[in-house]
Amino acid sequence: MANVTLRSVRKTYPGGFEAIKGVDVDVGDGQFCVLVGPSGCGKSTLLRMVAGLETITGGEIDIGGRVVNQVEPADRDIAMVFQNYALYPHMSVYNNMAYGLRNRGMAEAEIRTRVEEAARVLELSPMLERKPRQLSGGQRQRVAMGRAIVRQPKVFLFDEPLSNLDAKLRIAMRVEIRKLQRRLNTTSIYVTHDQLEAMTLADILVVMNGGQVEQIGNPLDIYQKPATTFVASFIGAPPMNLMPLRSDELTSQITGTEGAGIVGIRPEDFVITSEAASGGVALGLTVEAIEHVGAETFVYGSRRREEQGVAANPGELPPGEVIVRVPGTTGPAIGERIRAVAPRDKLHLFTADGRKRVGP
Amino acid sequence: MVEEEGFQRYLAHVILWIGIAIVAFPVYLAIVASTQDNAVIANGQMSLLPGGHFLETYYQTLFVGTSGSTREPVLNMMLNSLIMALLIAVGKIAISIISAYAIVYFRFPFRMAIFWTIFITLMLPVEVRIYPTYKIVADLHLLDSYAGLSLPLIASATATLLFRQFFMTVPDELLEASRIDGAGPFRFFWDTLLPLSRTNMAALFVILFILGWNQYLWPLLITTRDDMQTIQVGIRKMITTTDALTEWPVVMATALLAMLPPVFVVVVMQKLFVRGLVETEK
Repeated sequence: MANVTLRSVRKTYPGGFEAIKGVDVDVGDGQFCVLVGPSGCGKSTLLRMVAGLETITGGEIDIGGRVVNQVEPADRDIAMVFQNYALYPHMSVYNNMAYGLRNRGMAEAEIRTRVEEAARVLELSPMLERKPRQLSGGQRQRVAMGRAIVRQPKVFLFDEPLSNLDAKLRIAMRVEIRKLQRRLNTTSIYVTHDQLEAMTLADILVVMNGGQVEQIGNPLDIYQKPATTFVASFIGAPPMNLMPLRSDELTSQITGTEGAGIVGIRPEDFVITSEAASGGVALGLTVEAIEHVGAETFVYGSRRREEQGVAANPGELPPGEVIVRVPGTTGPAIGERIRAVAPRDKLHLFTADGRKRVGP
Repeated sequence: MVEEEGFQRYLAHVILWIGIAIVAFPVYLAIVASTQDNAVIANGQMSLLPGGHFLETYYQTLFVGTSGSTREPVLNMMLNSLIMALLIAVGKIAISIISAYAIVYFRFPFRMAIFWTIFITLMLPVEVRIYPTYKIVADLHLLDSYAGLSLPLIASATATLLFRQFFMTVPDELLEASRIDGAGPFRFFWDTLLPLSRTNMAALFVILFILGWNQYLWPLLITTRDDMQTIQVGIRKMITTTDALTEWPVVMATALLAMLPPVFVVVVMQKLFVRGLVETEK
C-alpha cells in the first residue's frame, strides 16, 4: 500500500523533444488513478516513467515515501500489465506468474500458494499448465493480471490493458479490474485513450494533452466542470458543442459573459422545443444527419455559416455543426428546421483561447 | 493442387523418377563400387550389381585405412571431422548469439561501428584472409590441433546478423516485463531469449554443422599429422597415390561414410525445427 506522488516530472528526449512538460499528480493510498488523453499526449510515457522503464529528466517520482528516480523497475515494488500482455511465450501460465517470484528468491511452496490463489480469483485454475498461445485473448489478459497480483506490489500499473480485446469482453474485464482493485485495495495507475473506460474506472482522473495535465479530479467533477475546451470536448461522447461568442445571436442571449470567448453545451443539455429560453440559449438548426443508437438519438444540425463552431483539438466537430441528444427514438427529420434550447446553468464558458474556464 | 488426369499424371511421375535416378545413381554406384574387388574396378569390368566384399571393405576402411603409406583409419578421420564440425557449429552459435544480444540490447560506445565492422567481415571469408590467419594460428602453436581447426572459423557475421534480426522482432515489452519481474540482463538472456531462439539455433546448427563438416582448404593447410586428418582431406589423399593403384572400394566407402553425419543431422534436426516452427509464437 502506498501513495504515488509525481512532482513536476519532466521527460525530454535526447533529440530535444519534450514528451512530459512538468506533471504534478498525487495518487492516494488504494486509489485508482486513470491517465487519459489522445495518442501522443505522453500518458504512456508517464506511466513507463513510474515503472522505471523510461528515465526521468526532471522532477521526482515518489512511491510510498521513497523517491524512486534512480531505482531499477524490479526494486520499485510495482507490477505492470502491458497492452500486448507481454507473457513469456515459452513458459506455462503457472511459470509466467511464478517467474517474478522465483527471481526474488521466494520459496517454491509460497509461490505455489500465491499462484494458485491468483488463479482461483481469476478463474485460471484449469489452465495453469497451458502455454499462452493456447489461451484466448481474454484469458491471456487474465494471466497478465495474475502475474501482477501474485507479486502483491505496492502499485499496479496498467498500460491500456483492454485495448486488444473485443468490445464486449472489454466491458466485462473493465468491471472485473475495478472489483479486483477494490478488493485488493492496491494503489493503481491506469492508462487509456478510451474516455468511457476512464470515467468508469477512475477515483482520480488525469486528463493529459501535449505532455501536460489539462485537469485532475473526480471524473464527474471533470465532466460537469471541464477546465478547458480540450477537456470539454475529450470527455463525453458525443463531444461537447463548442461555439465562439462573436457578435451574433449567441452573445446577445447569454448574460454574464465577461472574459468569455467560447461557449460549450453538452448534446444532452439541449431540448428541442419552440418555447423561449429564459436566460439560456436557443439555436436555429437545420438537421443534416440522424444517428439512432436505440436508447437515444443524436441529431446533427448545422447553424448558419457566420455562426460557426470552434474546432477544439479532439473536438472533431466540423465548424458550424451542433449535436443534440434526444432520448428515445423520436426525432426530427433530415432537412427540418429545429430550435434547440439549453438553460443558462448548463452553459460552459471558456476564454477565447480555450485554456481557462470562466464563471462557475 | 490441381489433380491431373491419366497421361499427364503419368508423365509427371516419369519426370520425377528420372530426376531421382539422376541424383541417386552416383550414390548407388558408390555403394556398388565399395563392395567390389579393387582389381575388377581397375580393369574396367565393374558390375552394376553389388559384389561380395562389403564387410571386408568397410572393416578395412573404418579400422585400418588404405594399404598405402598414409594409412589412417577412416573412423579416426570421422572423429576429427565430427569434433571440428561440432566445435565450429556450437562455437559459431554461441559467439554470434552473444554478440547479437550485445548489439541489440545494450547501448555502448561505438555500438554501430562494431556492428558494421562485423557486417563488413561478411566480405572476408577464410579463403581471402587465409595467409594472415594461418600465420596467427601458427604463431599461437595451434597447428595440428582441434583449436586450430575450429577457432579461426568460429566468428560468423551471418549468424550474428540472423540472431540480430530475430532479436529485433522480439517485442520490447518482453524485456520490460522481465525487468519488472526482477530478471537482470543475464537472466533475461538465459530464461527468455535463449528458449525463444531455439528454432533459430536448430536451423543454424544444421547449416553450420554441414559447413564445418565440409571444410577442406583450411584443414588441408593446418593439419600435417595423419592422425589429425579430417575425412574430406583424407578422401583426397586416398585418390592421389603415387605408385600404387587407387583403392577405389575404400575411397567409395569413405565417401559414403562422409555423407552419413550430415544426412543424420538433417534428418534428426528437421523434426526438431519443424516442431519448433509450428510452436513458435512471440
